Amino acid sequence: MLLQVKDVTRTFGGVRALDGVSLDVEKGGVHGLIGPNGAGKTTLINVLSGITAPSSGTVMLDGIAVHGLPAHRLAAMGVARTFQNIRLFPAMTCLENVMAGQYLVASRPFFPRLFCLPSARRQEKEYREQAMQCLQRAGIEARAGFPAKALSYGERRRLEIARALASRPRLLLLDEPVAGMRQKGVQQVGSLIQSLAEEGMTILLIEHNMTFVMGLCSRITVLNFGRTLTTGNPEQVSHHPEVVEAYLGVNHA
Amino acid sequence: MDALNQFFAIYGSLVNFMGINALLALSLYLTLSAGQLSLGSAAFAAIGGYTAGILTMKFGVPFLLSIAAGSIFSGMVGLVIGLPVLRLRGVFLAIATLSFGEVVRIVVLNLDITGGAQGLVGIPNFTTTWGIYLTLAVAGYGIARLRHSRAGWCFESIREDETAASAMGINTTYYKTLAFTLGAILAGLAGGLYAHLNYIITPREFGFSFAVDLLIYNIVGGIRIWYGPVLGAFLLTALPEILRGTGVAAGPMRMAANGLILLLVILFLPNGLVSIFTRNRKPPAGISPVSVAEEV
Repeated sequence: MLLQVKDVTRTFGGVRALDGVSLDVEKGGVHGLIGPNGAGKTTLINVLSGITAPSSGTVMLDGIAVHGLPAHRLAAMGVARTFQNIRLFPAMTCLENVMAGQYLVASRPFFPRLFCLPSARRQEKEYREQAMQCLQRAGIEARAGFPAKALSYGERRRLEIARALASRPRLLLLDEPVAGMRQKGVQQVGSLIQSLAEEGMTILLIEHNMTFVMGLCSRITVLNFGRTLTTGNPEQVSHHPEVVEAYLGVNHA
Repeated sequence: MDALNQFFAIYGSLVNFMGINALLALSLYLTLSAGQLSLGSAAFAAIGGYTAGILTMKFGVPFLLSIAAGSIFSGMVGLVIGLPVLRLRGVFLAIATLSFGEVVRIVVLNLDITGGAQGLVGIPNFTTTWGIYLTLAVAGYGIARLRHSRAGWCFESIREDETAASAMGINTTYYKTLAFTLGAILAGLAGGLYAHLNYIITPREFGFSFAVDLLIYNIVGGIRIWYGPVLGAFLLTALPEILRGTGVAAGPMRMAANGLILLLVILFLPNGLVSIFTRNRKPPAGISPVSVAEEV
């Protein structure tokens, strides 16, 4: 298990956004996180990436307790993420966005750059090529020189994935990676995620597009009202009576 | 040669103040480049200026050593102040740094060693024009190159989106404090140069209005690239003299002209004067090289 979440609770004032969530994510798989709006999916991703601290409970990453660590420490341990409401660096170009995302893997020392040494030039060329590769994988290399704010909605989502890839994470958390995308884009992002998983990256994703989730994920966890309803493979989950009830209401169950 | 000498006899001090103000604008730019709105630069200039002035006058410390000491001391104060106040964001940070500026002003107003309200009088005149412009050239070059280093990328990322920057692995507290401290060091250095240029420094000069002036230099010049603040400081420092040359009398008219220029820049050049030079680059088509990433 790469990620073990146990009894995680997070309260905001009187609201229990997470109320004892437990789930295990296997190494190298694509794990889906679904549930109705307000179920606590994004809060869970925020806890896992260190943006918010859990009120109680434990999170183990590869056997190390990581709950309550700040976001930058978690990122250094190999956790990268995208945001539901897309957080790019709007004034930077796409290429610059990805190059900024290389923070953990690019040393960029000051003094070689101060004196414009050839070593700095070589290094920077290499970083730029690596960044271009990330853009290529996300299918937006043609937009490299565009400012991020000039991109379409779907392109922004892909750029955010490209930026997350730049740090070569072990665990990639995707918060609605294909929301608002057209069918072609959905398929491309799907095959990107598939190929990342085949290379050994572990992916935990939130998505409301059920065809996408069912086709891509090896395991799915369903959240409702801050609790884990069930975890299983797509087949099991889609026939689980409580899941059907949570999505469609009790009369359909 | 004669013409040059005559120019310097008339405008020498203006040229010096343009350089000092450009240095101070750059010091604020360092902090702004990490997205932190500080109004404390004037206070750091006061700390550096008073420290250096007192060291030369009262302890006979050599000029270079005393301005270095003033700069380092200012940086140390910046570090101590920065750690707590940089937890605040946006306008709250501005207010906190503004009150820090007031505290510094009141402290130098009431201490004996700083000369109280009268100020520090009789500081030996060691600062030279070439000294100021050499410092400015080194600072400008250093800041321009810093943009390509790890810290520079971090500053830029934090300014664009602090949450995303931290999710990428950037320790935002560390880099915000670094930007703030580097700004304080440079402001302290400029303050030391100023003290040894002006013969006298008083608490009044480093008050709120000067802190705002430094911010205006940045906004008018543009905060997207390092030469923006330099340009802004040059233009706005020279503007009263330019207006005098064109026959606009001193007093309210000149203030109005100042305000009008600021207004026009904000309305028509929201990225500052530097956008005059960058706007003509062709809009992105394919992979356009309008990007820092393409250089180094």
